[in-house]
Amino acid sequence: MPEEKLSILRGEGLTKVFGFGRNKTVAVDHVDFDFHSGEIISIVGESGSGKTTLAKMLLGLTNPTDGDIYYHEKKRDISSHQKKQDYWKGIQAIFQDPFSSYNIFNKIDAVLLDCIRMRGGQNLPRAKKVELMKEACSFVNLKFEELTNKYPFELSGGQMQRLMIARIFLLKPKILLADEPTSMIDACSRATILDELMQLRTETGMTIIFITHDIGLAYFVSDKVYIMEHGKIVESGTADEVILSPKEPYTKRLLNDVPKIYEEWDLSTV
Amino acid sequence: MSNAMLEVHELTTKYITRFKEDVYAVDHVSLKVEEGKSLGIAGESGCGKSTLALSLMGYYFPPLYYTSGDIIIDGKSISGMNPDDVRKSILGTEISYIPQAAMNALNPTRRIINFIEDVLLAHDLLVTKKDIYDRARQLFETLGLPAEVLQKYPVELSGGMKQRTVIAVSVLLLPKVLIADEPSSALDVTSQKMVIKMLRQLMEIGYISSMIFITHELPLLYNVTDDIMVMYAGQIVEKATSQEAVFDPLHPYSKGLMGSIIVPEKGLRDVKLTAIPGVPPNLKNPPTGCRFAERCKFVRPECTLRSTIPLIELDGGRAYRCIIPEKELRELYAKETEKNA
Repeated sequence: MPEEKLSILRGEGLTKVFGFGRNKTVAVDHVDFDFHSGEIISIVGESGSGKTTLAKMLLGLTNPTDGDIYYHEKKRDISSHQKKQDYWKGIQAIFQDPFSSYNIFNKIDAVLLDCIRMRGGQNLPRAKKVELMKEACSFVNLKFEELTNKYPFELSGGQMQRLMIARIFLLKPKILLADEPTSMIDACSRATILDELMQLRTETGMTIIFITHDIGLAYFVSDKVYIMEHGKIVESGTADEVILSPKEPYTKRLLNDVPKIYEEWDLSTV
Repeated sequence: MSNAMLEVHELTTKYITRFKEDVYAVDHVSLKVEEGKSLGIAGESGCGKSTLALSLMGYYFPPLYYTSGDIIIDGKSISGMNPDDVRKSILGTEISYIPQAAMNALNPTRRIINFIEDVLLAHDLLVTKKDIYDRARQLFETLGLPAEVLQKYPVELSGGMKQRTVIAVSVLLLPKVLIADEPSSALDVTSQKMVIKMLRQLMEIGYISSMIFITHELPLLYNVTDDIMVMYAGQIVEKATSQEAVFDPLHPYSKGLMGSIIVPEKGLRDVKLTAIPGVPPNLKNPPTGCRFAERCKFVRPECTLRSTIPLIELDGGRAYRCIIPEKELRELYAKETEKNA
């Protein structure tokens, strides 16, 4: 476990505005956050709360309209292609839809070889590369021998998502951003994927940022929870603080609307 | 004793693939839903939940074919009926179906009221425009939906409202059985709750006599239905009340499934999730004996020796499909819990 309180990603007044004039939409509105190394953070919000826009800004896929992001306490610089490539060595993502996350023309071993190349292993002997790929596949309980000659669409959704984790295992980024990684997968495979992510975290000590609408999932996995509503962060704190004793009405409503099994689910409040 | 609204005996239906292979997605399923009761069907993707829902309607179209078994709705058998007759006299009045993307069923160029008109027209119940409007408004008011919705086009409504509108229309002819196949999966939590509230309300005021609810979200199922049936690879592996199924599952698969529940409640953060390794079997050539054997923690050599594993009925309507006796299973689970602690 790396020492606590080491800021790895910090945002100050992060804002994203789409359109202008009458069509102006403030998707993310002056958001401040401070993510520490080795933490698991969840950003929870309903559809349209701006959580995916925030994720895209963190990844450097869109530029913020206003505000700054600090990576390792230094202002993030992704002005050139090379700098972006360097930044992406430190931050990687798993997206919601595994079916559209792969290049459909590349076989699966090419996907994994690409990761080895990104880590500077392009000149390794073939045997060594295969060994690395095998290790990554066995980490997520996939059989490398069965995968090599397959295309991504020949796998099931859960397997694809696990292959994504195998990629992350090879890349070993400092930060992993998981944007709804389990929302298209049924409850049973969800447990497998969460298990593997947690195992990856213990092995590499990476920071994981979960973006999710599932407040139950957020409570289960994370150390810190941020609740987003209409582009603003309305409540944040440790998982126990936010979920077990929420202060904001929005958080209370979200919690109230999730089906429970031990407490009575109050249906009268809709 | 209340009478059975829906009774199904050993229903088997199959898909025929492009290569003329038979895939038995619903394999000897028997179930019974009594008046005023609701039944939940749980299972992972591809276990045959949705195929079962389609099969129950008696409305088969290729590649889905009826093989054997009996479906009895309120004392009347509908198996083997001509699809056209089924559409005319069974769908809507006897049994009604809400698919996951029910809102896509709305025609974007027509108002909701015209849609309701079409439903009545299809069942030769068309009276005057005024009657239709009155009937629709009365239905919407009872269900707490604003009557203005009737004059609107589908694009003017939100996703949750569209879904509720379609549910309202599907119960217009007071069906005896309502089959809801993941009616709230595409919605956010608040709209989901509204849909659930509405379904419960429908049961209470007697618009529908019984309900079958299909989802893979177990906490939701627990809150909605009286009984839960767990399906695996086209077969029923466990039947129990919701309480028993969630807190005291018997079949190793149900046990694994219930171990993957995540809810935001105190103390549940420290519970270890139990993931079931492996993938479900390919139904083109299902394994002999227990279909869950290759993923099961407690697998024994005898599991795959028999050709089929029978469903064992216990007292109180419970049933499970496993060769290990109940007592022994419980001991195994207790040992497992001890090991994890």
